[in-house]
Amino acid sequence: MYPDERVAQFIQDNFIPARVHVKDPDFKRFSQRYNAPWTPTLLLLDPSGTERHRIEGFLPAEDLLSQLSLGLAHSAFAREQWNEAERRFREVVDRYPRTEAAPEALYWAGVSRYKGKGDAAALAETGREFTRRYQDSSWAKKASVWGG
Amino acid sequence: MAITWRKDVDQALKDAQSQNRHLLLDFSAAPM
Repeated sequence: MYPDERVAQFIQDNFIPARVHVKDPDFKRFSQRYNAPWTPTLLLLDPSGTERHRIEGFLPAEDLLSQLSLGLAHSAFAREQWNEAERRFREVVDRYPRTEAAPEALYWAGVSRYKGKGDAAALAETGREFTRRYQDSSWAKKASVWGG
Repeated sequence: MAITWRKDVDQALKDAQSQNRHLLLDFSAAPM
């Protein structure tokens, strides 16, 4: 599991990794607590134990890395750490531009900037960026009201 | 490199809180 060196390194660097195996006696208890009856399921929990992101099903290394990064960005956003959230969302777009996480990250990077700076121009700028890339994504539709 | 997966999830949750780190909880059916 996770034979890719980059994935293993990323997990070691950024998380306390814990595993519940389907054959473990505790599997039912934790799968019910976190509503995770299917495997593989990865839950990203913040330090307080609150779930911030969920990855269900197998993903190739690049996509998994992008989702783990996206989860850390969402965690920062949920905890109102706007600058860190924007930086982390931008990082997803820059490092994993061809993944499904990228357009979602671009959207939330704009929102993070708006929330942190109170500057509506950040939304318009993001809307314009969606006219140049990821035009076919659902996130481009969501950003289309921002006057890009 | 191999990931050092913790099996005691309750303790891992406590450690995540005390160390202010995120926890990655893997529900797995991979061969042991």
